[in-house]
Amino acid sequence: MHPSHFAAVVLFALFASVVFGITQRDTTRRMVRYGAYCFVLFVGSAIVLSWVMYFIAR
Amino acid sequence: MATSQNNKNQAAGGFVYLPLIAGWLVPGAGHFLLRKWGRGALLAGSILGMFVIGIAMQGKLYAGAHDILDMLGFAGDMGNGLLYIVSRVAGLGADQVTQTTGDYGTRFIVVAGLLNVISAVDAHNLRTGRKR
Repeated sequence: MHPSHFAAVVLFALFASVVFGITQRDTTRRMVRYGAYCFVLFVGSAIVLSWVMYFIAR
Repeated sequence: MATSQNNKNQAAGGFVYLPLIAGWLVPGAGHFLLRKWGRGALLAGSILGMFVIGIAMQGKLYAGAHDILDMLGFAGDMGNGLLYIVSRVAGLGADQVTQTTGDYGTRFIVVAGLLNVISAVDAHNLRTGRKR
């Protein structure tokens, strides 16, 4: 299996966010919100850091 | 509400660390023991998915500790419980990482173990009444 770097990031973020959401909050609604928040932060920070490294490498 | 949950859990009796140990050995089993079917299924799916994808990407299963990084990786892998033991016995995973995706896979396996430990501790907190 050879996923792209971005696909690997999305899979990692998805699985980690589900576990974080369930284990770190008490109610279903708050679990979903926190899981979505973690997912956006994981993927968003990977995209931002990728662009930062792109410009540093130029 | 929290008090009634505490009383309910204490009244359940039995070995208080059973969900913790079961959750470590089999992802989601701690929550299943506590009849948290939905949470258990999502946790099991996430942790199993991460571990299987890590193996499919030819990730490395740490077999011993030669330096500090190996030691940390080994500790993370051990968090997978029976998944790690069965995979080692079956000879799954790579001995040496030879491609980029293998390096990602190695991290997936380690993080799956760490997430499983978090999940097992959550099951323990549910059992003791610290969490609803």
